[in-house]
Amino acid sequence: MSTATPDRVGSRVGPSRRSQLTLRTIALTYLGLLVAVPIVLIIFRTFENGIGAFVDSITTPAAISALQLSLLIVAIVVPLNVIFGIATALALVRGRFRGRGIVQAIVDLPFAVSPIVVGASLILLWGADGWFGFVDEAGFRVIFALPGMVLATIFVTLPFVVREVEPVLHEIGEEQEQAAATLGASRWQTFWRITLPAIRWGLTYGVVLTVARALGEFGAVIMVSAGVAGESQTLTLLVHSRYIDDHNTYGAYAASTLLMILAIITLLLMTVLDRKRHSS
Amino acid sequence: MTDATPAPAPPTSDGEVTTGSRDLQRLVASSDAIATESHAIVVTDLNKHYGDYHALRDINLSIPGGSLTALLGPSGSGKSTLLRAVAGLEVPDGGTVVIGGEDVTFIPPQSREIGFVFQHYAAFKHLNVRDNVGFGPSIRKQPKAEINRRVDELLEIVGLAGYQERYPTQLSGGQRQRMALARALAVQPKVLLLDEPFGALDAKVREDLRQWLRGLQSETGVTTVLVTHDQEEALDVADHIAVLAEGRIEQWGSPREVYDQPTNDFVKSFLGPTARLRGVLVRPHDLVLSHEAVGDAVPVTVERVVHLGFEVRVELLDPDHGPLAAQTTRGEAARLDLQIGQRVYVRTGQAPAA
Repeated sequence: MSTATPDRVGSRVGPSRRSQLTLRTIALTYLGLLVAVPIVLIIFRTFENGIGAFVDSITTPAAISALQLSLLIVAIVVPLNVIFGIATALALVRGRFRGRGIVQAIVDLPFAVSPIVVGASLILLWGADGWFGFVDEAGFRVIFALPGMVLATIFVTLPFVVREVEPVLHEIGEEQEQAAATLGASRWQTFWRITLPAIRWGLTYGVVLTVARALGEFGAVIMVSAGVAGESQTLTLLVHSRYIDDHNTYGAYAASTLLMILAIITLLLMTVLDRKRHSS
Repeated sequence: MTDATPAPAPPTSDGEVTTGSRDLQRLVASSDAIATESHAIVVTDLNKHYGDYHALRDINLSIPGGSLTALLGPSGSGKSTLLRAVAGLEVPDGGTVVIGGEDVTFIPPQSREIGFVFQHYAAFKHLNVRDNVGFGPSIRKQPKAEINRRVDELLEIVGLAGYQERYPTQLSGGQRQRMALARALAVQPKVLLLDEPFGALDAKVREDLRQWLRGLQSETGVTTVLVTHDQEEALDVADHIAVLAEGRIEQWGSPREVYDQPTNDFVKSFLGPTARLRGVLVRPHDLVLSHEAVGDAVPVTVERVVHLGFEVRVELLDPDHGPLAAQTTRGEAARLDLQIGQRVYVRTGQAPAA
């Protein structure tokens, strides 16, 4: 395990230096081929004609609209997932109620169900002929409009906050909250002053995963989007339509790179924010 | 950095002890906490079930104001449940809890005006020592300057002056528990409830800290209830001991009473070492050895003589009733000149408890 004691590597306790190196080479090659190479290739293709071409491609009206729609969906989905995710995690960890096992399974469902199935089921439910079709008939469009895309994105991102916050809640236990109660803090005060700061790392990670997934979601969203360029396309749909419909390969690469840049910004922002709050 | 016990009272420049301790009383206790008369805590017919498990059975207990009471019992005896029910952290199935003359049975812990200290400190890990201790006053919306002054004074008392900016992870176990104590005292509680406060600490730190707590309690006069499974700790610090077993209070009394006049064999064996002489439970130090058969003395054989510093433990074998151990002094052992395999006579020196 440790490279600090090379003289002991190769003794009977650990794997030999040779097998260790082999293992690392295999792991790195695997990661490189499957993850790094495709990403680097897209970035390379995006910038091989210079920054100007990239900027032109991501500032077309369709691209700007797609960026705005993607960010709008994120802005709606993240707060909802934070509120309901924390509430669900609290109920699962602190609550003593029947049917907890069922709730656990439901939370994991979006991991198991294919996003395209999610999209199809949303159409069945909210479409003109669906159970909630009266909403559509009343003039409030859900399917093939923003509400449908938000619903689809919530469905696929639902587990992240819950699953990141839950183990942290388990780990911190109830004693700090009980101590706060004996010191006079109401439930609400205890939540803001004790529980929330204690779970902030888990929450941060859950939010990062939610943002990344919300930006990247494709299968569920394409089913419920009207798919009109410059109107109801997210960035992922833009990549798809540029490549498939417009045969604009370069435009697809540029939009992909924009998506990746957004994901990296999210990661950096969260890290910086939390470090700032921690040190203050 | 060390866990050496600080003096309970901060050194005062004028050296007048009474003034100092009265200041201390004013500082950490609300005026009605120093209840010289009546009872600070009265528990009546308290019952608690966890499913089929009967954790508290008809508990009746009156704790005198200003005293330090130990709830002593083995694990599962209900002592922690009882303390948590007094704090409002457990809701009893039946019975009442009265604190300072007020029925608090249906009042949440927030409004009970108690201080609670947990075995594992329950330190707020994301807050420094100042904010931990100042948590209660800040919830009560006291002015910041006043909170800071009070926190500084309390940290002085618990021997953590200068630790204001540290975080709990930068403190030792003993320091964390003293911080937790300061945090509990900061809200001027009517009663101070301690749930195995020294249970997670090293033996040496534990002993120092309990002496320090005893001193602090005497100085402040805050009615204090301490849960422990350590009979030595209870005998050492408490004014009164309630011995619990299986959800019942087996005995209530002063340390001497529960030790010398235990109401049953459980209390006797839980409060100290025991030996069985012809079916009767006795203390090893109450056994008297002699070479002559006087009165009802029982003939036994010396199996082993163990010198434990000042004490000498003599392991004996009663041919009819099996082994037992007597405890005697060095001088007595030397006078008897005990030899292994020797036949001696043993009897109880004091009247055995009824």
